[in-house]
Amino acid sequence: MEVNQYLEMFIDESKEHLQACSEHLLELEKNPEDLAIVGEIFRSAHTLKGMSATMGFEDLADLTHKMENVLDAIRNEKIKVTPEILDVVFESVDHLEEMVQDIANGGDGKRDVQSTVELLKRIESGETPSEVAATSVVAPVSDEQAASTSTTELVLTYDDFEKTVLHQSFEQGYKAYEISVALREDCLLKAARVFMVFEILEKNGDVIKSSPTVEKLEEEQFDSQFYVAYISKDTAEDLQKKLLKVSEVEKVEVSEIATAVFQGVNGQEQATTPEQTAPVQEAEQQVKATDKKSATINKTNVPTASKTIRVNIERLDVLMNLFEELVIDRGRLLSIAAEVNHSELSETVERMSRTMGDLQNIILTMRMVPVETVFNRFPKMVRQLSRDLNKKINLEIIGAETELDRTVIDEIGDPLVHLIRNSLDHGIESPEIRRQKGKPEEGTVQLRAYHSGNYVFIELEDDGAGINRDKVLAKAIQKGVVSLEAANSLSEKQINELILASGFSTADVISDVSGRGVGLDVVKTTIESLGGNISIESTQNVGSVFSIQLPLTLSIISVMLVEIEKEIYAIPLSSIIETSIIRNSDILNAHNQKVIDFRGKVVPLVFLEEVFEVPRKELKDDEFHSVVIVRKGEKLAGLVVDSFIGQQEIVLKSLGNYLTNIFAISGATILGNGKVALIVDCNALM
Amino acid sequence: MTNAVEQDYIKVIVFQLADKEYAIPVSYVRGIEKLMHITRVPKTPRYVKGVINLRGVVTPIIDLRERFGLIASENEDNVRIIIIQLEDMEVGFVVDSANDVLDIQSTSIEQQPTVVGSLEEEFISGVAKLDKRLLILLHLNKVLNPLG
Repeated sequence: MEVNQYLEMFIDESKEHLQACSEHLLELEKNPEDLAIVGEIFRSAHTLKGMSATMGFEDLADLTHKMENVLDAIRNEKIKVTPEILDVVFESVDHLEEMVQDIANGGDGKRDVQSTVELLKRIESGETPSEVAATSVVAPVSDEQAASTSTTELVLTYDDFEKTVLHQSFEQGYKAYEISVALREDCLLKAARVFMVFEILEKNGDVIKSSPTVEKLEEEQFDSQFYVAYISKDTAEDLQKKLLKVSEVEKVEVSEIATAVFQGVNGQEQATTPEQTAPVQEAEQQVKATDKKSATINKTNVPTASKTIRVNIERLDVLMNLFEELVIDRGRLLSIAAEVNHSELSETVERMSRTMGDLQNIILTMRMVPVETVFNRFPKMVRQLSRDLNKKINLEIIGAETELDRTVIDEIGDPLVHLIRNSLDHGIESPEIRRQKGKPEEGTVQLRAYHSGNYVFIELEDDGAGINRDKVLAKAIQKGVVSLEAANSLSEKQINELILASGFSTADVISDVSGRGVGLDVVKTTIESLGGNISIESTQNVGSVFSIQLPLTLSIISVMLVEIEKEIYAIPLSSIIETSIIRNSDILNAHNQKVIDFRGKVVPLVFLEEVFEVPRKELKDDEFHSVVIVRKGEKLAGLVVDSFIGQQEIVLKSLGNYLTNIFAISGATILGNGKVALIVDCNALM
Repeated sequence: MTNAVEQDYIKVIVFQLADKEYAIPVSYVRGIEKLMHITRVPKTPRYVKGVINLRGVVTPIIDLRERFGLIASENEDNVRIIIIQLEDMEVGFVVDSANDVLDIQSTSIEQQPTVVGSLEEEFISGVAKLDKRLLILLHLNKVLNPLG
């Protein structure tokens, strides 16, 4: 049970580390000379190894270990980075991902990786020319308790990770220090002093390690002296002066860690592999320590790191569900308060509504996730696909930090995979053809995400062949997607969008990548079921843009409630432009279609009563009609209803799995009186 | 032992529709509700009465009389909604009244005689004879499936 508690965290973090590995590997592929990237990969792999060993996933730890050895050899310039080596490393990362996935699904993370391990071993030994442990090194291991203050000997012991960090800082021209800080014996607020010391240190550098650990320091579990390993560009004297300014600090000793010691250490680290398969407890400590360290490192990139906690997504879902219940009750309270007409009650209800509004904002933003979580799997996919297709493709990602509701994020992955595959397979041409067309050999696919109003837009642009409209049209007619007559009246955009119709595939040869004619129509349905829409712009031989518009959130929306006879319908506020009352005489007839003149535009009228076949006891013959003007893209329409009830925040509910694809109904909601009202899908009425 | 018992008997909910008694295995039944406000859903088959708010879950309702092509009932006093869960679908059936919970012996279930020839024939998976009562077992998949 104890392990279970950590399992989720382990899986999450493993995924993050693996993601970091693949990202950096991709980077490394572009700049094979940049050894700093290797260091990053090494670090992720190392943490992963420690964590999996702690959790008892030996296979995972073992494979990571083998991979790490290769990375280490690369880092120490014993092996040169070649695409072949990277392929093997990529393969290992794939295996690792599978293993983690297996663990996440309740498996034991075992997997046959013999061939990959063999390859890794061969790279590590066979292609490494020099002997591994050539340099003899003085081990920097000394007892922490034997607080020696000599300048050459080290007080603290360092694990591989910390050594790596130190080694890298030397390379980047930083100096490393061991600082011993002694507080006065009568110091009252030791933790506060420690905090002040750390604050000064972290302004100009990074704390690599401390003894006792940071937690213990914070809990004041130390006598009066502590040690800190620190990297910075400051000089020792400056540091000493700065730290002595902290009150109640009695003595500060700063000793520089010699570069040579650690360069040696790196060689030595190679030889001492048994140390890396350390016993479980040790590994656990190591993991904790490393995690802390990576947090510190991150701080350098993000100066104002805010405090965060990890919350299980299920808890947020529960919170959201509870809040939805509250929203329904709020609706009920509001209607009761309106009936009772008691001023204090109304006041309280109003106050509560306002507080709930704020609460709602917070809960909704809490559920927002950057699209990065979806986007980050694409670079590797594109790399693999472009190899399979023998094309050269560069994927650019812009706006990965754009946030979307988790429910949308969960659904958007597969459609995007389809679209990217489509662009790679059908959009981007092969290098020869691109050369003939006078384009650069390498095709570019750009994935963009950005906010606009209440929507998030995700766009996929390629500089490929674009859509061959004649071919599309011919195919659509042949497959019976459109009739010959209808085909002539289609706009360019409509023709483009034919490729989203079901049963459509223009690829002459069905390839593995895409082209079964099932992909793109699934994309369209999925996106529409999310309340979004997709459009395509394309210029032949220049490229195509697939543009997806998605609502920010799916669960709580603002609607206008309207009444038709005794039935109440909800119209999403996001598609309403305005409401108006029209006279019978304002209604004009054009091509058997009733229209009105709305601010100089001809707007067709849709009588919801007819669309929804509302049963009427007696014919209504009013001189005035209530009209809701709604919009879909450029198009407008006027929905005719009996009367407007008002605006309300509602919780979107699905109609369940039995009633699917109801015409012009996108879902349901529960009103204040406990009855169900249906939500009108304006897009379907246009 | 318990397994053997389970195999021999099935627990069913018995309900009335016009002059016949029908049965649904208890394992599919999520609850029995009194008639409440049903919101009509446009453009659905006639037998889909609409949706109800079942403790915060929007649940579709099927009128079994309509589904079996029977005339609508006059008396609504005893009308109940039986909530059924089949695979991932949750649906309510409007029935004239819900009468009983019974254990019926598997051996007493017979195949539907083909001569009946009424409209609901295709929805029947078997008949169980119980003393003087005749219980018609519904084929839930068929009742729910051919929608649209």
